[in-house]
Amino acid sequence: MNQPAPILQVEGLSKRYRQAGGESTLAIEDISFTVEQGEFVSLVGPSGCGKTTLLMCVAGLIAPSAGRVAVKGAEVDGPPGNLVLVFQEYNKSLFAWRTVLGNVLFGVAAKDGRAGDAEAKARRLIGLVGLEGFERHYPWELSGGMQQRVAIARALAYEPEVLLMDEPFGSVDAMTRLELEDGLLQLWKELRTTILFVTHDIEEAIYLSDRVYVLGRRPSRVVEQVTVRLARPRNQMTTRADADFMKLRNEIYRRAADQSAK
Amino acid sequence: MNSRPINVAGLAVFAALLLLWELSSRSSPNLGAYLPPPSDALRSLFRFAVARELFSHLVDTLGRFLLGYVIAAALAVGLGIVLGYFRFAHSLCDVLIELLRPMPSVAIIPVAILLLGIGNTMMVAVTVYACAWPILLNTIDGVRNIDRTLIDTGRTFGLGRWKILRTIALPAAAPYVATGLRISLPIALILVTTSEMVVGGSGLGYFILDQERSFRITEMYAGIVVVALLGYVLNRIFVALEERMTVWHRGSTLRGRP
Repeated sequence: MNQPAPILQVEGLSKRYRQAGGESTLAIEDISFTVEQGEFVSLVGPSGCGKTTLLMCVAGLIAPSAGRVAVKGAEVDGPPGNLVLVFQEYNKSLFAWRTVLGNVLFGVAAKDGRAGDAEAKARRLIGLVGLEGFERHYPWELSGGMQQRVAIARALAYEPEVLLMDEPFGSVDAMTRLELEDGLLQLWKELRTTILFVTHDIEEAIYLSDRVYVLGRRPSRVVEQVTVRLARPRNQMTTRADADFMKLRNEIYRRAADQSAK
Repeated sequence: MNSRPINVAGLAVFAALLLLWELSSRSSPNLGAYLPPPSDALRSLFRFAVARELFSHLVDTLGRFLLGYVIAAALAVGLGIVLGYFRFAHSLCDVLIELLRPMPSVAIIPVAILLLGIGNTMMVAVTVYACAWPILLNTIDGVRNIDRTLIDTGRTFGLGRWKILRTIALPAAAPYVATGLRISLPIALILVTTSEMVVGGSGLGYFILDQERSFRITEMYAGIVVVALLGYVLNRIFVALEERMTVWHRGSTLRGRP
């Protein structure tokens, strides 16, 4: 068998933070996992377990204390050019001084400074995330869910091979969240981008993913890997009511609960 | 956007004070010698000889002001962005800034005269020095207050440090920069007129002092009125420009709420 190398490899990753008093805390410890080309993989873990730290290391925004990250075989020692991170706090990440179009154009320009059809490309992405007609609006004129769509369009404009998402739907209401999940799956299907998605919501992780890695409490490590074999396209009502969906949810929940009992 | 209602009560207080001044200086000749009725000062503004002289001094003052202000803005914003972003650069300059900043800027006028003579260069130089401080400090503050996430956004999109400074730090700090620019506007005018008073020759500052020394009190007040109007008009122009350029910021803050 001649299997292609995974697009993203994380091996033995640890991160220790120094604190003011000279003490240090271990946020993540010896984490290893892989993501294959075109896959949708989620990392699920309790709040404060170091998921953001992990993603920042994968994105090359902070240096790990030990271990390595490789994207397409190339070791990450700074933000790689073929990967982009979508932050949970869209209101802090969007450029308030740029319109929706301006924000998405930033993504296009960051990839290729002299793209001739930059505006056409940006407009197409704005349409894909369902924000047609809002091109001239400023982020603060939009709802939270719409702002996160802008952030996603901006990230996709960069044409990343790997899209990292840090609890992107964590600060929107439940209804909007379901809409955004389906929107994301649609985009993923059309653009075939590899996605690594971080969430504390077990059901969200199962609903979206091909595979789910379960992280334990701080210092967090991978405690379980689950493959999701639910049919696609998924549906908020039927998929979530599927017996297999509930079995997976219970399995992951049990593992997570075991962890917190320790 | 600019439909601010006219403050009738405030204008009435102003008019009442003017009237009080007018009446008291007309009723007492002793007082009137030093505090001529405002109507006299205004009338002298419209005497051709006075107006012509004032206009040429106004042009000189305005020129010095603009040159000093623009140079200060360019230097202080540029330096402020760098000092705000790079901790090490800031620690190098911190002590210097803390020592020089509280010193009244007019104190360097004698030094500037020694080094640069009594020409325009010296007057522009002290203006640059004085009005660079508020711009510098506010810009540093603005950059330091930028959310980490915003900078990380630039990094994850593969931007280098200088590009992040230009495309993210500068616009994100713009509301702070604008505050600095607004504070330094009257400071620039103070330094220009003060240095004109000290070195003489031309400019509104010189005109005001010269009239006082020649005991042309009414003309002196005419000069003061022109300086005051200049300050007022410059500030209005600034506010209008600021509103236009930071429309995005107003909208996202309390100030912009309907």
